[in-house]
Amino acid sequence: MRFSKEKTAGRDLDDVVPVDHPLKEMWRMFFKNRAALFGLGLLLTIILMALLGPLLYHIDPFEIVWAPLAPPGEEGYLLGTDYLGRDILAGIIYGAKATLVVGTAAALCTVCIGVTVGAVAGFYGGWVDNALMRVTEFFQVLPPLLFAMVLVTLFSPKLMIISISIGVVSWPGVARLTRGEFLKIREREYVMAARSIGSSNLRIIWKVILPNALPPLIVTATLIIGVAILFEAGLSYLGLSDPNIMSWGFMIGSSREYIFESWWAVTFPGVAIFLTVLAVSLVGDGFTDAFNPKLRQL
Amino acid sequence: MRFLATLFRRLMYAFFLLVAVLVLNFMLIHLAPGDPADVIAGEMGGATEEMLADIRAAYGLDKPIAEQLFVYLGKVARGDLGHSFYFNQPVTDLILERVGATILLVITALALSVFAGTFLGVLASRKPNGFFSHFVTVFSLLGYAAPVFWTGMMLLILFASWVPIFPVSGMYNVALNGGRLARAFDIFHHLMLPMLTLAIIYLAQYSRLSRASMLDVLGSDYIRTARAKGVSERMIIYKHALKNAILPVVTMAGLQMSYLFSGAILVETVFNWPGLGRLAFESILRRDYPTILGILFFSTFIVISANLLTDLSYRLIDPRIHAGAK
Repeated sequence: MRFSKEKTAGRDLDDVVPVDHPLKEMWRMFFKNRAALFGLGLLLTIILMALLGPLLYHIDPFEIVWAPLAPPGEEGYLLGTDYLGRDILAGIIYGAKATLVVGTAAALCTVCIGVTVGAVAGFYGGWVDNALMRVTEFFQVLPPLLFAMVLVTLFSPKLMIISISIGVVSWPGVARLTRGEFLKIREREYVMAARSIGSSNLRIIWKVILPNALPPLIVTATLIIGVAILFEAGLSYLGLSDPNIMSWGFMIGSSREYIFESWWAVTFPGVAIFLTVLAVSLVGDGFTDAFNPKLRQL
Repeated sequence: MRFLATLFRRLMYAFFLLVAVLVLNFMLIHLAPGDPADVIAGEMGGATEEMLADIRAAYGLDKPIAEQLFVYLGKVARGDLGHSFYFNQPVTDLILERVGATILLVITALALSVFAGTFLGVLASRKPNGFFSHFVTVFSLLGYAAPVFWTGMMLLILFASWVPIFPVSGMYNVALNGGRLARAFDIFHHLMLPMLTLAIIYLAQYSRLSRASMLDVLGSDYIRTARAKGVSERMIIYKHALKNAILPVVTMAGLQMSYLFSGAILVETVFNWPGLGRLAFESILRRDYPTILGILFFSTFIVISANLLTDLSYRLIDPRIHAGAK
């Protein structure tokens, strides 16, 4: 339902179509998108598995429960066991937590650093912008995974350190996007209006510009969760994960030498990562379409 | 002249970035918990007093921090990235031995993904709602969501174990006797799977990007003019449209060098490809900081050089960008 000036010009006011709140319209768009709904369903299933799985399935993912390298289905171990005889299914269920927690925390970190830098650069402009953009470029030439590997190794592989490290290496894209939005929005009349009534800079940044810059940022943030999950998987595959917490990347990494003897030990955790990232990016794509007013008219 | 001035400015900027990486390295050594000498030794408490004393003397660790930084920068300027106590070899030698393998892997993967990706994108753009277009959309989603090391393992299981047509790991067959050509073919044979693995993610992105960019260009006025003139469809697609549509792909490819390098670390560990990435992995396992930080510096150097090259080649492809413009 759209309100269009051309169509209503010269008509009776009763003919004017009521306009919904943009958010409501966005949700409607989102729920019409089948791929996005599928992604959302998949994501909710994975989150449920992470939350309820450990309550229902009582096998410790680190415990040696059966003969090593048992193929899927043997002795009731649905997905088989790895080279030490640890249950793969338990690993997948318990590993979901690390993946989701680190993915979300790292994305949060990325967005916080990126939005702060981008907002300050775009709002103040001039030399502040110049200096901050040079810093951003500097972080863009460092190979992200390598830099994160160095940070995690130097400061111990804890979930928090891993999340912060991923944030520290991947914020530049968000900063550039935010800066662009701020540069565009700061020239608008309502920002001028806020200035003229004497609002402080902080208030203008936080309460006036940021809410208007949110749509593209939310889309990016969703996609960044996917990237962060892949990143965490990469780090833990390389052995840079908390040794006391099971994670999917770690499962693949520890069975690295046994892929020909036990394809199941690397395939299933990989499928889990793949489905999670797929779910997140389908939801992200759904947001992109829903936030894009050009597509909404179609 | 203007081009030379730009080139000079870019080179200065690149140099400045490199020094910044070194300063970062220096800061990391000092920010890390524990004694810097211990960090440099890379043994974390296991180093002998004698070794630590040597390191303190070599890096001037008893001097003020600013002076230490200059000692460090001076060492690097002379090509000395430190000594790896684990490999018992100078870090510079370690890196130079392996950098060729990584560059071969990254460049071939990049070339494959840019060419094949553009081609797929162009094909898809001919029929925006056809089967091929949907294929590109789905493929790019799948390529994005699969962790690269896992894709590599799946390819290994498929094409080195179930259908054994490619070698399992490494870069050459040590037992091979033969001429130059046979050896080159052998390397290529080993390269296939790692290259494919690394290329798939970017292939997915570039095909999507070039499809979108082709669709955009094909809708523009000058294409309509060309059609009205009666230019053949083939000429329109490959000469008129592609020339403009490929610009975003080139920009993206240049900017992604640092990500490609990150991917190479994971791919090299899967296939035991003897490059910088695997060296990084091994030195992380052994907490060999001089080597890791040396690789961080060296790979940044490669990324910066690649960015510089992209920037310059972009000016050649797109005549609208004058040498002076940013």
